[in-house]
Amino acid sequence: MSSSSISTAAPPAQIYLSPPEDNYLTHDKGIKSWIFTLDHKRIGIMYMMAILSFFFVGGMFAMLLRTELLWPTAWMIHDAYGKVDTESTLTFYNNMFTLHGAVMVFLFIIPAIPAILGNLILPLMLGAKDVAFPRLNLMSLWVYWIGASFFLYVLLGGVLSSGFGIHLPGGMGLDTGWTFYAPYSTTKSLAGVVPATFGAFVVGFSSILTGVNFVTTLHILRPKGMTWFRMPLFLWALYATSIIQILATPVLAITLLLVIAERVLRVGIFDPAIGGDPILYQHFFWFYSHPAVYIMILPGMGVISEVISVFSRKHIFGYNFIAFSSIAIALLGFLVWGHHMFVSGQSALTDSIFSLLTFSVAIPSAVKVFNWIATLYNGSIRFKTPMLYALGFILLFTIGGLTGLFLGALSMDVPLHDTYFVVAHFHYVMMGSMLFAFLAGMYYWFPKIFGKMYSEKVGRIAALMVFTGFNLAFFPQFIAGTKGMPRRWATYPEKYVVYHRTSTCGAYLMGLGLLTVAGNWAHALRRGPKAPPNPWGANTLEWHCSSPPPYYNFKKTPVADDPYNLGAWEYESPTEGWIPRHTAPDPSNATTADRTRPVTH
Amino acid sequence: MHSLQSIPALLASSFWMPQGVSTVSPEIDWLFYFIFYICVFFFFLILGLLVVFSWKYRYRPGYTQASAPKHSTALELTWTFIPTVIVILIFYYGFKQYLDLAVAPPNPYEVIVDARTWSYAFEYPNGYIDTTLHVPSNTAVQMILTSEDVIHGFYIPQFRVKKDIVPGRYNKLWFQCDTPGDYDLFCTQYCGQGHSTMRANVVVQTPADFQAWLKKATDAANNGPPAFLGERLYRTKGCSQCHSIDGTRIIGPTWKNLWGYNVDFENGVPSLTADETFIRSCILTPSARIVRSYQNVMPSFQGSVNDKDINNIIAFMKTLSDKYHPEPTTKPATAPSAATATSSPATMPATQ
Repeated sequence: MSSSSISTAAPPAQIYLSPPEDNYLTHDKGIKSWIFTLDHKRIGIMYMMAILSFFFVGGMFAMLLRTELLWPTAWMIHDAYGKVDTESTLTFYNNMFTLHGAVMVFLFIIPAIPAILGNLILPLMLGAKDVAFPRLNLMSLWVYWIGASFFLYVLLGGVLSSGFGIHLPGGMGLDTGWTFYAPYSTTKSLAGVVPATFGAFVVGFSSILTGVNFVTTLHILRPKGMTWFRMPLFLWALYATSIIQILATPVLAITLLLVIAERVLRVGIFDPAIGGDPILYQHFFWFYSHPAVYIMILPGMGVISEVISVFSRKHIFGYNFIAFSSIAIALLGFLVWGHHMFVSGQSALTDSIFSLLTFSVAIPSAVKVFNWIATLYNGSIRFKTPMLYALGFILLFTIGGLTGLFLGALSMDVPLHDTYFVVAHFHYVMMGSMLFAFLAGMYYWFPKIFGKMYSEKVGRIAALMVFTGFNLAFFPQFIAGTKGMPRRWATYPEKYVVYHRTSTCGAYLMGLGLLTVAGNWAHALRRGPKAPPNPWGANTLEWHCSSPPPYYNFKKTPVADDPYNLGAWEYESPTEGWIPRHTAPDPSNATTADRTRPVTH
Repeated sequence: MHSLQSIPALLASSFWMPQGVSTVSPEIDWLFYFIFYICVFFFFLILGLLVVFSWKYRYRPGYTQASAPKHSTALELTWTFIPTVIVILIFYYGFKQYLDLAVAPPNPYEVIVDARTWSYAFEYPNGYIDTTLHVPSNTAVQMILTSEDVIHGFYIPQFRVKKDIVPGRYNKLWFQCDTPGDYDLFCTQYCGQGHSTMRANVVVQTPADFQAWLKKATDAANNGPPAFLGERLYRTKGCSQCHSIDGTRIIGPTWKNLWGYNVDFENGVPSLTADETFIRSCILTPSARIVRSYQNVMPSFQGSVNDKDINNIIAFMKTLSDKYHPEPTTKPATAPSAATATSSPATMPATQ
């Protein structure tokens, strides 16, 4: 149980500096140098712009649907005589919640961490020059754009048909919910189903290609000294995520094609009127979409493992357990999809098996939480913005995970299924956890990616706003759900009004907080002070090169050390960054907090 | 188990779930609070550790960090083992109770639930159909759930029961409620534009009251003038979900002042005056002509209404139009007649 056996034996950390004028952002100029680039960092930046735009769009839909829910009856849209147009308002609400879900899931949550942070950071963390297949990487970005443009078509079609009476073929809106449940999606729903499912089908390929690329990269491009069990935990998480993406996404792709086949060609697959089975659709859909939950959350857990360790100035606690728990979650996640169907009428035996398997996922999740908390023990904790999001993540993930216990228990799920309890639960996991991890990661790697520092003060205030707004928005939904408020309702009985109004206020506050985050980043990009190569004193390899990294990342492949050997770095006041410690750390005292003395070389 | 369940339920029943009134609700509520207190314990444990560690080990000038182990197999196994035991326990209780929910007691009273966008029709063993679910108390009641179109939901929060209503198969759900009263019934599976309007009332009556109600309602439904029977069809066949009778615009055109008036259509179909033939064709082939500014969402009622039903509906629609002037009768009507129902639709005397 020695704390420093690796750190004393390890080679001293080294920074591979390059001239500041030569970085990947300034290496080439012109639009072509971006859209045809093979550089993983530029591809990451382009993903960032697209994905954050869709996050904004999806967020706006959320604001609109929360606004409609301020009153229990339809009120938002009025006809030419000033009377409420109930019909249009209901359709509008149904479009909003569908597009909010579909855009957020397919275009934001699933790609956010792997495609943005994974692309930007994974090769750097390996000390590599790029991913294994740079051209494939560019292709997956283009495939994402193509898939996303189908969603844009649906949005445009919805706006044109409702606002201007112009009907694009197959583009009159989308009102199925992001789950596209048959037979509604294949018979009565608005025509946007075809372009939207085709868009999701195409985006799926982007996800598969990225997964293949990351798995290959992690297998063949690990540097000298980085064995599997000296790989940073963020990479373990991306590895587990990539496996799910490769194995599960094809099932979704085929399912969505079958939906299109049934809707357009009337081939009976899911609709009982023409010989299909609607429960079959649910099995197909959740076989992908439940593992997809782990595609969303696992990379976030990886980010949190990095951030908690670095800002506690502590080696991560229980590295092996965290790494294995990622793999366990990825594998067990494939076996639990049936818990989405406890009230669908599938057999009681099937329900029981799925319930038992569902609970098995709770264990690796609990292990991770306890390991993160143990990492704080005897740390020297700095409450920088990424750390605030990471601590917020632990709390929100705890609530999201614990409320899953209600839903996993068979008899308890029955009254709670398809109510706001479920809405609150998955927002705590998807948004509270995944979004917080994404923001933690963005703030954490921002100095590395852009070479600029942001305002800590504004960052912290925004984090507080997002955290408060989030809880205000979603905690009341647990109460409304236990009281029976069904999800996806545009109107509701008077008795739920207090929960909905509180929730809407919370959503506005969170929206304001997120705009502050965006403002903070925009300001940092324009006027932020220059970032040092290693502003946090982390030991993963991406901090060993300049900020922003040069075009080629590392001229000479670095040798990897234990990624959590934080004692290899010491703080340097004048640059406000960390530099390699030149004396071996005292074995009895792996790191020391206060290092403000000027460093002599 | 039963002595334990009352205390927490009393403490927090008003805050979380609505009062449970079915025979399964005490068990399920017990499990809710069992899981709830486990969650509360672990949440505050984690919150406490987070706050204490964050404060105690915060970076500050002069603070020296002590060394700490990087892992501890004993600790890791402990916090793997304890959650394992807890989740197995929760699974066991959930599973045990689920068997009770899944298997109805022998010979339950059966009601067929026929769901369609966006209403329910409840068919009793004697063939009587209503849009409000009346059930006898102190009796196990089984719902045979069927859907005419897409998937719907059947959820009574205060009974703690829910099941999807899936087209092409019969799902079943049973409950027993011993507390007479009125309860909410909600659709929980998204089913299109009017999903949130798909609600119904559940009226639990003592067995004697229930039988009396059923007899009275059945008699009333089988006798009466055409407009009165048409008004009943308007409610039980789901027409009221989309067509108002007071002029309000909802999903479909209102029936007020429809008969005898001019109607415009989408797609260049020539206008016409709404008469008996037009109404009949609307009911049987609704997508043939789409009334201007409305969407093609109405299902065909071919096969679910007969000629007599259509006549009754037409008779009811006429009473809603100010263009309809029936022959003045020499003596005033005694039964609830069409002529008196122009402003307020014929009320059914036997709903309660």
